Amino acid sequence: MKLKFHHPDLSACRSGRMGVSMKKKKHSPNFILGLGITGVMLLLILIGFIHTPYDITKMDSTAKLAAPSPAHLMGCDNFGRDIFSRVLKGMGNTFVIATATVAIGTVSGVIIGAFTGYFGGWLDEVLMRVNDVVFAFPSILLALVFVSIFGTGKYNVIAALGIAFIPSFARIVRGEFIKYREMDYVKSARLAGVPELRIIFVHILPNTMPVLISSVMIGFNNAVLAEAGMSYLGIGVQPPNASLGSMLSESQTYLFSAPWYAVFPGLMIILMVLGLSLLADQGRKV
Amino acid sequence: MTKRGQKFVKVLFASMLLTLTVALGGCSGDKAAGDSTQIADTSAASSSEANTAANAETNASSEETGGASETEAGDSHITIGIPQDLDSLVPSLSQGAGTQEILYNIYEGLYKPDSEGNLVPAVASDYTMSEDGLVYTFTLRDGVQFHNGNPVTVADVKYSIETCAGLNGGEPVISAFSNIESVETPDDSTIVITLEKSSSSFMAILATVEAAIVPADVADLQTNPVGTGPYKFVSRSLQENVVLERFDEYWGEKAHIKDITLKVLADSDSIVMNLQGGAVDLVARVSTAQAAELGDEFEVLEGTMNLVQAMYLNNAVEPFDNEKVRQALCYAVNKQEILDFVSEGKGTPVGSSMFPAFGKYYIEELNDLYTTDIEKAKELLADAGYPDGFSFTMKVPSNYQQHVDTAQVVAEQLKQIGVTANIELIEWETWLSDVYQGRDFEATLVGVDASTLTAGAMLSRFRSDVHNNFVNFSNEEYDAAYADALAAEAVMDDDKATEAYKKCETILAETAANVYIQDMCELVAVRKGYTGYTFYPLYIQDFSKLEIQ
Repeated sequence: MKLKFHHPDLSACRSGRMGVSMKKKKHSPNFILGLGITGVMLLLILIGFIHTPYDITKMDSTAKLAAPSPAHLMGCDNFGRDIFSRVLKGMGNTFVIATATVAIGTVSGVIIGAFTGYFGGWLDEVLMRVNDVVFAFPSILLALVFVSIFGTGKYNVIAALGIAFIPSFARIVRGEFIKYREMDYVKSARLAGVPELRIIFVHILPNTMPVLISSVMIGFNNAVLAEAGMSYLGIGVQPPNASLGSMLSESQTYLFSAPWYAVFPGLMIILMVLGLSLLADQGRKV
Repeated sequence: MTKRGQKFVKVLFASMLLTLTVALGGCSGDKAAGDSTQIADTSAASSSEANTAANAETNASSEETGGASETEAGDSHITIGIPQDLDSLVPSLSQGAGTQEILYNIYEGLYKPDSEGNLVPAVASDYTMSEDGLVYTFTLRDGVQFHNGNPVTVADVKYSIETCAGLNGGEPVISAFSNIESVETPDDSTIVITLEKSSSSFMAILATVEAAIVPADVADLQTNPVGTGPYKFVSRSLQENVVLERFDEYWGEKAHIKDITLKVLADSDSIVMNLQGGAVDLVARVSTAQAAELGDEFEVLEGTMNLVQAMYLNNAVEPFDNEKVRQALCYAVNKQEILDFVSEGKGTPVGSSMFPAFGKYYIEELNDLYTTDIEKAKELLADAGYPDGFSFTMKVPSNYQQHVDTAQVVAEQLKQIGVTANIELIEWETWLSDVYQGRDFEATLVGVDASTLTAGAMLSRFRSDVHNNFVNFSNEEYDAAYADALAAEAVMDDDKATEAYKKCETILAETAANVYIQDMCELVAVRKGYTGYTFYPLYIQDFSKLEIQ
């Protein structure tokens, strides 16, 4: 039961690196597929950060709703903007928002969950009740309220979703800590006079990693979908910048005349989520 | 392996389901329909509103399943999609242009506008005006009935006008009516309205639906709307629909279609689906893209929205307090290119706060005051002290897709002179409170419409001291010219008033108060088989003219 994970750096878990470390243990087709999909997605995102074939806001009246062609791999939107370029940038935006969201949720969630789970008592009561209140609202709703108070835009969406994501992480980590705090090795450590903070972060935390990693990946997926949902509603990434969700929203009117406009951003969301889901699924089994 | 296969399928399925949930969830979102109107008058009853026409039709085609209608006119029915629920069923309390255009069918004033923009007698049969323009004497039309069967009496008229004028206590509901000194009823068919100051726009305001005649003895019009119009109210389901039925005792030409269901389509993305699926038969103001998606079953009628779409600039904040900067923006924006991108070239470019339906007040030449000239724009910017451009935030209401689209094209065009426009999408309610009332903005892209065809409806808001001058335009010459116009109106000198209004218009254009773009084209999607949709030069949908072929 005692597993040693040396990846407190959670961001590494999302990339292929975690896969590499796990690969030695198991090769399931799902895992390899997930790894492949995620790898390709990350590559595309990276390319999008460095270079896009066209300026993503450059309009071209001769290419309005143009079908996919060698010049425009995924066709063009209603302003004649290159959809492939916009998808690359859009994935980048979605990725950055999802990553930042999960980072906020995880770090805060781990701290809250660790302390409440380990110490219990009134601190636990108070924080968990607050947690329950936040948890009682669907995260999108919570984010909507936040955005309506503080305004739209990328950073507000990150903050809003990040806060909305804290309770689920806090709860998972707390559950794990409650389980571990009564274990013999923790009791021994306590008797041996190891400082509490060291017990929490060095002795117990690594053992919660399998669960935490899965939830980070699932959380990341939820963040991707939440960002897409919020941008879809027009409160996330602002035009003319692109995100996968805002592209989906804009494309609806042209669903029949220019299906590629909706299909490619939609496909990218599915692939991003699918890749991570497969990896998370594997992580849970370890 | 099979187990794994199943798992894979499960994960795949779950992912797709999640995606779909997001997509569908989004569908119920907040885009309001096609485009259109914009500032209905929120606080100032006299100010804005625009036009558009109504259209209609009914469907005779037997294969229609949704809002199907029988061919026999007696049982005819049409379902019309509207972009938002009605904000009030009480005419004097209604705010949105989208509400008032519907109430036009239920309520009538003493006079009302017709499809030519003329004022025609409604509840009154005619009127005379005293020579000094202070006393208006109306004759009540014989045999006008309210929907509840009671005849309209002069007491009802007196009650209605006095309520609007605030003479029954409370604030005047229509600000221009604060000018009413008294309403008297010397006999049971005569109403005499006396003004404190003469006003040539009085009749136009009297003919708006807000000044409708309502029964004095019905306590709550909100739950029991009773008017004199060609359609009577049947029922309402909040945020869902409003049901109307033909009023068979209507004094004038009776409506053709018996039953009308107004279905609220708050999500503009669902318009095409609703039309094609047969759930609605008619939607006014679809976008060109939506119109292109509709098949042969529909006819698309083309009119104009009668509003001024512009990038309205807050003239009180830097750098827009500098006339050269504003002019530079005007030179950088290419109106024709905007039309090409956003509406397939449809629409009428305008150069000031006035649109063609205003006829004699409209100055077409102002459209060409700023022909696109990037070099000149850069020079002006450099002169103004911004050689490297600047950046600003443009707030755009997210429920008006055409404005959002236009904003993106404008932002792209402004890049050519080094100016960065950051678009911020906001909710319509937020727009009303922050931008329109709070004036907390740098630039915004919307359309401003007119509630009457009097020049003041478009121009009064740019006087430096009025409450609805949301762009903070302040120009002494303008104020003087507007005062001249009012003075000329008071003495009924129409030529002089027109000239003064034109001067106002020219000042707005020359000082580049705003970056004027266009009077947008209005597309009305109508299922084939329904005819008679009539465009009005104001923001009105006239259902009574709709017919089933």
